[in-house]
Amino acid sequence: MSETAIRPKLVAASAGDRLRKAAPLLLAPVMALAGLIAIADPATWLTLTVAGLAMGLMIFIMASGLTVVFGLMDVINFGHGAFVSVGAFVGFTVLAWLAGWTENPAVIMNLAAVFLAILASMAVTGVLGLAFERVIVAPVYGHHLKQILVTMGGLIVAQQLIHVVWGPDAIHVARPQSLRGSVIVFDAVIEKYRLFAVAIGLVLFLGMRHVLRSTKVGLLVRAGVENGEMVEALGYRIRRLFLVVFMVGSALAGLGGVMWGLYNETITAHMGSDLMVLVFIVVIIGGLGSIEGCFIGALLVGLLSNYMTFLAPKVALVSTIALMVGVLMWRPEGLYPVVKAK
Amino acid sequence: MADPLLTLSGVHTHIGPYHILQGVDLVVPRGGVSVLLGRNGAGKSTTLRTIMGLLKPSRGEIRFDGRLIGGTPTPAISRAGIAYVPENMGVFSDLTVGENMQLAATQGAFDATRLSWIKALFPPIATFWEKPAGTLSGGQKQMLAVARAIIEPRRLILIDEPSKGLAPAIVTAMTRALGELKETDTTILLVEQNFAMASALGDTVSVMDDGRVVHAGDMAELSGDAGMQERLMGLSLEVHQ
Ligand SMILES: Nc1ncnc2c1ncn2[C@@H]1O[C@H](COP(=O)(O)OP(=O)(O)OP(=O)(O)O)[C@@H](O)[C@H]1O
Ligand SMILES: [Mg+2]
Repeated sequence: MSETAIRPKLVAASAGDRLRKAAPLLLAPVMALAGLIAIADPATWLTLTVAGLAMGLMIFIMASGLTVVFGLMDVINFGHGAFVSVGAFVGFTVLAWLAGWTENPAVIMNLAAVFLAILASMAVTGVLGLAFERVIVAPVYGHHLKQILVTMGGLIVAQQLIHVVWGPDAIHVARPQSLRGSVIVFDAVIEKYRLFAVAIGLVLFLGMRHVLRSTKVGLLVRAGVENGEMVEALGYRIRRLFLVVFMVGSALAGLGGVMWGLYNETITAHMGSDLMVLVFIVVIIGGLGSIEGCFIGALLVGLLSNYMTFLAPKVALVSTIALMVGVLMWRPEGLYPVVKAK
Repeated sequence: MADPLLTLSGVHTHIGPYHILQGVDLVVPRGGVSVLLGRNGAGKSTTLRTIMGLLKPSRGEIRFDGRLIGGTPTPAISRAGIAYVPENMGVFSDLTVGENMQLAATQGAFDATRLSWIKALFPPIATFWEKPAGTLSGGQKQMLAVARAIIEPRRLILIDEPSKGLAPAIVTAMTRALGELKETDTTILLVEQNFAMASALGDTVSVMDDGRVVHAGDMAELSGDAGMQERLMGLSLEVHQ
């Protein structure tokens, strides 16, 4: 086979192309810088930035499953918030059982209690996700309107079930002792729990990236998001892959619920559906189906809402919507539009 | 001809409200290259997609190696030994060339001998192994698509217009590679509009029009009969580039 004919260029990823791909990575640092200029006081800025990162990473945890579920099977799950709420309540229950551990001054006992709460809520929401996919989502593959209707129905049922099991009132969740209070860093007051949330969020993001980049399942998910038919033509059952992704996504939402509950120190049956507004904004900013985009979108939303809460509390919520509109005007399909075959 | 590898009898396929395949009868003998020709929109790609299970036939029978496969899910058809190179190549652009190959190797590890044979057949596969497949040129993507289909031995390979949009030199290279593949015991069902490529590779040929097979015979016979080509496809007007 004639080398000369084939050899020519790996169509050189032009400088412009690379910049296009890298540009979104700069957004979060740019936003942080803009925040610093607007806020002017470095200590306040640091407090708000850590708060923003913590919030962003928790939103990312909740949103990641949703975006991959959409990318892989074109399924719009308005019921995703149910897993957040259920996760929070399960986590609360476990922490209440382990009150002896959470009220113990030993850091290790506190962390063990939180991790058990997380494990339990992920197990419950994972299994719930499995049932949700089989019973509610599977019959409506390919029909967006029906998906919206039945998944919202599922959400309402889940919220009512929470009322039945845990009662209708908001519940106070106490943080374990060593996650209460703040530390002072460079004159800035930083809540310990926020640092904890940032750490968990980063570990999860790196873990997810590793799975998606370096394991066969991860490669299949990425391939499936781009071209599910071809994945099937290579011999893999994409429905099974999707089921796994749905379960993992639900479990992550449950984890996000525990984290958010501890962050707010209050949980309600509708906390999940309330959070879905932010989650959908993040998913849309990132580009439906893109994990990296979702991550950047979540950081942007987290930082912006915290800066705005300080700078102009009245427009804090509107500002995230404005951010979404701005991003979509720049890139109509989000920061990282997912290439779809067909 | 004794016991063909693949037979379609009276296959009908609908896409939504459209009745696309209207009783396709097609026989692919064991070994060699069977070519499927036909005008644009004749239903060639739809036929391959139906064989692959990506579209469900509404009527008729598809038999692969004696077993009925019509209506079977795509992954099962793939595992029965049919590989598919779609018209759009189906390359995963976000994954590297190597990762594309890895997913095609469903058994897990690569067979080293086979992999080096493929790298010799398509040198860019080796050169760009670590590069995202999305950065390849059209010809290189086509090579990757074919390489993926043959990384494990398959009984039958469906290839949809491998010459589409490629420069003549690359078409020649691709023809040579498929010629070498033909010498293995793999059977190829090749959809091709490029008559030079089709006649260089084909042993048998079927011609489709309007969702049916309107002619089936030896490739040599069709190649040698300009009048027949004209009648079946109006070839003299469009194809001899
Ligand atoms: N998704 C679809 N929806 C509606 N009609 C379709 C669809 N896919 C194909 N068709 C129609 O089916 C007919 C056959 O299409 P097909 O792609 O099988 O033709 P083809 O022989 O492969 O043509 P080409 O040489 O252009 O690739 C065409 O008339 C086409 O318009
Ligand atoms: Mg076609």
